[in-house]
Amino acid sequence: MTDEKKRDEEHGLSRRSFLRGSAAAGLAPLLAGGVAAAQEAAEEGVRSEAGATVLGPGPVPVKLRINGEVKALRLEPRVTLLDALRQDVGLTGAKRVCDRGTCGACTVLVDGDPVYACSLLAVAAQGQEIETVESLGSAVLGGAVALHPLQAAFVRNDAQQCGFCTPGFVVAAKALLDRNPSPTPDEVVDGLSGNFCRCGTYAGIEATMAEMAAKAKGGGDA
Amino acid sequence: MPEYFWPAADDRRLLGTRIDRLDGPVKVAGAAVYTYDLDLPDLLYARILHCPHGAARITKLDVSKARAMPGVEALRVIHEAGSEVRWAGAEIVLLAATDERIAGDALAAIEVEYEVLPFFVDGEDVEGAPQKEDAGGETQGDPDGAMAGAAVRHAGYYGIPQVAHSCLEPHGQVCRWDSADEMTAWCSTQAVSALPNQFAERLGVPAANVRVICQYIGGGFGSKFSVDRWGIECAELARAAGKPVKLLLEREWELTIAGDRPSAYARIELGADAAGHVVAWRSRSWGTGGLGGSGSPPLPYVFSVPNRAHQHTSVPTNTAGSRAWRAPNHPQACFLTLSALDDLAAALGMDPVEMLRRNLALTGRLEPIYRQELKVADELMGWSRRWRPRPERSQVGRWKDAPVLHGLGVSVHTWGGRGHRSNCELSIHPDGSVEVKLASQDLGTGTRTAIAIVVAETLGLAVKDVKVSIGDTRYPPSGGSGGSTTIGGVSGSTRRAAQNAVEELFARAAPELDAEPGELEVRVGYFGVRGDAGRRLSWKQVAALVGPSPLTVTGVNPGPGPLNDSGVGGVQMAEVAVDVETGIVRVEKMVAVQDCGLIVDLETAESQVYGGLTMGISYALSEEKILDPATGRMLNVDYESYKLAGLGDVGELVVHMMTGPGFDDRPVIGLGEPPVISPGAALANAVANALGVRVPHLPLTPERVLDALDRALTAGKEEA
Repeated sequence: MTDEKKRDEEHGLSRRSFLRGSAAAGLAPLLAGGVAAAQEAAEEGVRSEAGATVLGPGPVPVKLRINGEVKALRLEPRVTLLDALRQDVGLTGAKRVCDRGTCGACTVLVDGDPVYACSLLAVAAQGQEIETVESLGSAVLGGAVALHPLQAAFVRNDAQQCGFCTPGFVVAAKALLDRNPSPTPDEVVDGLSGNFCRCGTYAGIEATMAEMAAKAKGGGDA
Repeated sequence: MPEYFWPAADDRRLLGTRIDRLDGPVKVAGAAVYTYDLDLPDLLYARILHCPHGAARITKLDVSKARAMPGVEALRVIHEAGSEVRWAGAEIVLLAATDERIAGDALAAIEVEYEVLPFFVDGEDVEGAPQKEDAGGETQGDPDGAMAGAAVRHAGYYGIPQVAHSCLEPHGQVCRWDSADEMTAWCSTQAVSALPNQFAERLGVPAANVRVICQYIGGGFGSKFSVDRWGIECAELARAAGKPVKLLLEREWELTIAGDRPSAYARIELGADAAGHVVAWRSRSWGTGGLGGSGSPPLPYVFSVPNRAHQHTSVPTNTAGSRAWRAPNHPQACFLTLSALDDLAAALGMDPVEMLRRNLALTGRLEPIYRQELKVADELMGWSRRWRPRPERSQVGRWKDAPVLHGLGVSVHTWGGRGHRSNCELSIHPDGSVEVKLASQDLGTGTRTAIAIVVAETLGLAVKDVKVSIGDTRYPPSGGSGGSTTIGGVSGSTRRAAQNAVEELFARAAPELDAEPGELEVRVGYFGVRGDAGRRLSWKQVAALVGPSPLTVTGVNPGPGPLNDSGVGGVQMAEVAVDVETGIVRVEKMVAVQDCGLIVDLETAESQVYGGLTMGISYALSEEKILDPATGRMLNVDYESYKLAGLGDVGELVVHMMTGPGFDDRPVIGLGEPPVISPGAALANAVANALGVRVPHLPLTPERVLDALDRALTAGKEEA
């Protein structure tokens, strides 16, 4: 079973499956099995058809657990997790660049895995632990700064210029380090190959990851 | 007024050191709010219906269903039925709705029909182009005579395509009317101070009533100087709806219409004497930048060949106009010239670095800069030790045992980079806090940080003690950030303001210290009497002398002046590995040796060079706007097919900033453009060195590499 299919089964539908499904059935409403929130809400936009829960096309209740907090929203089923985060929850660290799962600027963690938030529907992200860049650390320009060590290493190694791709890189790098605390340079290239930068900050990102890897190996302050 | 100067090397405490950028923490935390991130009460989202054809007459346009859709609050028709549009992507209708999805649904409900008109999008096809424009040229000396007398000659055809700027934050803005004739616009822009007037002219309101804000911008690279059509229309939608409107381009159209570096193609002949001195140059070049012309690459680049003739033709095509792309005209001119010079060196059987050295007299005042930079680059790359001549042509195709070939390439470049006009206002508050304000913008180059460094250096403070406020037209105007003019501009205005402040503070502190102002000096954390450790005032005590209100001084960088200069060199070397079976070019290593006068922040300066190398690798290996002759549209409008270099594509990057006499004793010079100029030529030359065959067109895709090898094989068989 592919990861995508596995996820679909566990958590509802991915955006790709949704698009595939809607292409086959014209503008048929979303057939979403296993969407817990939908089952409890016999509300507008949620109904049962042929034994399956059908959402939309209008707004439906959606509960997302984001950075440890449950957000109750009303969203059209076609809204991506990325747009829900940015436009409905007010978390704009994840960026919309390609909006089709290529650039990585929208990377968030879903149950610990790095995921393109542009390529997952919000309704399908219910019941999972969503972590955004905002969960790692915080900073105010010229004010209070409380960064995750990885973020601090990004700053020290100047691994950002315009900064638009940076949150996505930070989250992807966090996911890599969670799996592999001291990746080799090749493993860094592999682990971060789903993200790109236009200003050209790769040298700084490589230095950041080398620093993190060395720290992990040293088991303390390197 | 004090005499303005930069401290000498021994007196620099912060200048030229590594200082982390001030906005690094907010960027890595995802807390930097870009235009795209902005939310406002009652915000509407706008979208654009773009023309899908290379040229068309609109035969039917019915927006009634779209206008009537619930949630659609404003709609503007830009091109009525009957009108003609001349490029794919031209705006037909804009509308604003309460959310993006409704806006998208409304676009889909617009009924529009087109009659496709003739168009032309192949800028390389100068013979077939329906229109051509003479874009300038020059003749010096006797190129024909010198060519005839040259000991060695080379003729070649080279090309570099249109590429997209590809800003990760697309072009766009949020517009909000604060009253009937007052507007605030949050713009993703490189030119905060220039935009109010552009808005005002088109909106019929005083420029003084337009406030423009840009705290963070997700990439510009030369493409974001204008309010653009969509900016004006965003403002009009907001005016019509009575609510703020956000409009940022969708990716497909960002790549299609909001970024375009002109292409350049050239037939070049050049000749040298037996010792490798280039004596003759003839070139005919052309290119396209859409309907607006192609620019004119300065040929020959860097080397003023004594006998030369060049002529450039601009080929208008039915695409949106070109935009300044980092170092306008230079990457093209550099690639064309340095490729041809490299081929001439091969014809001479000479190491190209040696040939460049022998011709440095043709580079004028840059000669000593290039000479030293070539030496440093040679050492960092191990060029002299490792360079080998290109394989013989007869070797092409005989690589059974070694399908991956290695090669080295070199290139040189230049840029001006003088500081622009900039005004700044510096306030010393009685409590010792310091704020500097200027309506400049930080493109990710480190502008904020550089400003703080200059103030801190001048006042004896720490960088964190300086509050930098930029990106808002409520502050004094500063030039647009293009052409590597910002660092010279803002460092100049800030240094002047800070020196002016010191002068005023000396006047107030002198009586307290029982000294003359001329006897005082600024030290870290205090002002004191020179040579008398007993007479000093802490910074807090100095600041308290300004009185109940802050001391506010201004600084104006007039452009040219003692604090900034123009004219840098730069040498880059590339090492590649080329798989002759797949055609894949891998960058093994690149070395960049660069000067920029006095370095303000070494850390962000190096980042500019790393960034230039990386962007250069990207356009050298994979970037090209592919325009469809059948539809007139750009075909590769997503990042699966418009390939940007990734982390694994860049190889080892080595950056060396030139300091010391002749380099950082010059005043500040800009750095954004120079390092992005040479990678195309350096990499193409490395590939030629590896293969013994020139791949004459960028990008160096596997297809082009294999085609070049095939051509060489075919030519070899014909010769045999």
